[in-house]
Amino acid sequence: MCIDTSAENASRLRDMAVRMRKMALDMALSAGAKGAHIGGGFSCMEIMAVLYGEVLRLDPANPLSPQRDRLLISKNHCTIAHFPALVERGYIKEEELASYTVNGSRLIGYPYDPEIGLEYSGGSLGMAISVGVGQALSAKKKGLDYRVYVLMGDGELNEGSIWEAFMSAKQFGLDNLTVIIDRNHLCYDGTTEDVMQLGNLTAKMESFGFNTINCNGHDIKELLNAFVCISNNGPNAVICDTVKGKGLSFAEGRPEWHQKAITGEQYNIALSDLMEGKVI
Amino acid sequence: MNITKGKVRSWARLGQRATFFANAMPEIAKENDDLMVLTADLAQLSNLGRFAEQYPDKFLNVGIAEQNMIGVAAGLAMEGYTVFATTYASFIAVRDLEHVRQHLSNLNLNVKLIGTAAGVVAARSGVAHWASEDITFMRALPGMMVMSAADCVEAYEMAYYAAEHKGPVYIRLNGVPDCPAVYDENYVFEPEKLSIIKTGKDVAIIGTGLMVNEALKTADILEENGISCTVANMHTIKPIDKDGLNKLFREHRLIVTMEEHSIIGGMGSAVAEYKATLDNTPRQIFIGFPDSFTKAGTPQYIWEQFGITAPQAAERIKKELGF
Repeated sequence: MCIDTSAENASRLRDMAVRMRKMALDMALSAGAKGAHIGGGFSCMEIMAVLYGEVLRLDPANPLSPQRDRLLISKNHCTIAHFPALVERGYIKEEELASYTVNGSRLIGYPYDPEIGLEYSGGSLGMAISVGVGQALSAKKKGLDYRVYVLMGDGELNEGSIWEAFMSAKQFGLDNLTVIIDRNHLCYDGTTEDVMQLGNLTAKMESFGFNTINCNGHDIKELLNAFVCISNNGPNAVICDTVKGKGLSFAEGRPEWHQKAITGEQYNIALSDLMEGKVI
Repeated sequence: MNITKGKVRSWARLGQRATFFANAMPEIAKENDDLMVLTADLAQLSNLGRFAEQYPDKFLNVGIAEQNMIGVAAGLAMEGYTVFATTYASFIAVRDLEHVRQHLSNLNLNVKLIGTAAGVVAARSGVAHWASEDITFMRALPGMMVMSAADCVEAYEMAYYAAEHKGPVYIRLNGVPDCPAVYDENYVFEPEKLSIIKTGKDVAIIGTGLMVNEALKTADILEENGISCTVANMHTIKPIDKDGLNKLFREHRLIVTMEEHSIIGGMGSAVAEYKATLDNTPRQIFIGFPDSFTKAGTPQYIWEQFGITAPQAAERIKKELGF
């Protein structure tokens, strides 16, 4: 894996993240009164941009290529970040984004559709990592050099079977597996530390045998450098410190914005902040 | 492979689990490059020791982590493996249920779940180890095929069938060593078809798992009383054999279902769900576990507490028929 950490590349990815943020705002507005998963979507926007813009080895023209990297979105309530990334990478057209709340569309309800880069159907938390272990193990057994990435939320680390999977990733020597944790410090009912404390997450991951890297999850350069530090010695964890609802000043760090409708006025505030460079 | 009289005898001594994992699986592995067998720290108990030695690359022990086992199985299946995952039936069908639903059923993955010690085989281990609702849970999952082996020959045949069949399958194995043989070496296993073991005129007793043997014993008792019985083995509970059932409904005046499982949602319920859509069908007696647990003891003791032994079933049937 070769990561370009140059200033030019970071600037390109920053522009990509800005476009994705704009698309996400449009999606949130189009969702209307039903609302959208704002908080966890906007916390992982730059992570998605760096993954799809730089890290992942993908070929949208040959979406099922056995050699492709697999990205499983475990914290699935972030489609307003994921789908714009699929647009940027050429899996779907931007026009299709509006259909993500439309009955029966191929984007509604966290579907599995690897033809358009949707490698996993999640929603219930904590389950994708085990699948990622299976896929990474398969690569080892078949001598394929693809890598498996699993994007997780910090809240879902409360789920027990995740730790079963972490143990097995080390046991099976899965250096081709990378866990990316969107550490936005919030779950549905409050802060992760108030509801069910994660404590020293870095130490926890290291004690489970993960090469663990910390970074600011909204800083493109730090994210790129984190992926440079991916090791071929044991499974990897990238803990990205983020802000839930990042870029929506009225929503940042507020649990009630986990899922909520935005008004036209709020849309305008967020968009002008974004365009004025106040967000990233 | 050629099944001989001697093999049937020795398998019956070994039981369904050993027949499946120590006899069928190594042979299947020989012919199947993309096969994986997963266990959750029950390799020895499941008689997988020989398989693990012969095929270390096709064997994976995930430790005491049954939920992770299902996800890992899903990931392997997504990459083209045919995966057999096994642990106690109660763990695989209850503890793992959401992983099974979300991954195997939802994504229609090629994973075979082999639930062992179904029913109350693990009698003295208590309720935790009894599988009494696994059929209910598994057959509710879209796309999940549900099978239950009557004896060792059938367990052996099911292993081969499951390896070939594409999509998720749940196989319920019950029986420890000395599993009574229902079939001999000439048995022709027909998936998705009721297996009619004997034909009579009055009562059709449909059994599954160990209850097939108990159904045959029930029929013997009833025939001493002049009641003629058909005995059918429903080895495939889902999809259900509607044609086979139509014939039983047409030709008998009473239907009896016998299962080592709760009567809520089990094989009897599956029969009743179909029967309810038809006009002029016979009444049905459900022989199975009532809506309760019971104290632990030997399997025979528990069967008696639940009223599912052949003499108890025969009494209920005689009463229903006015004998």
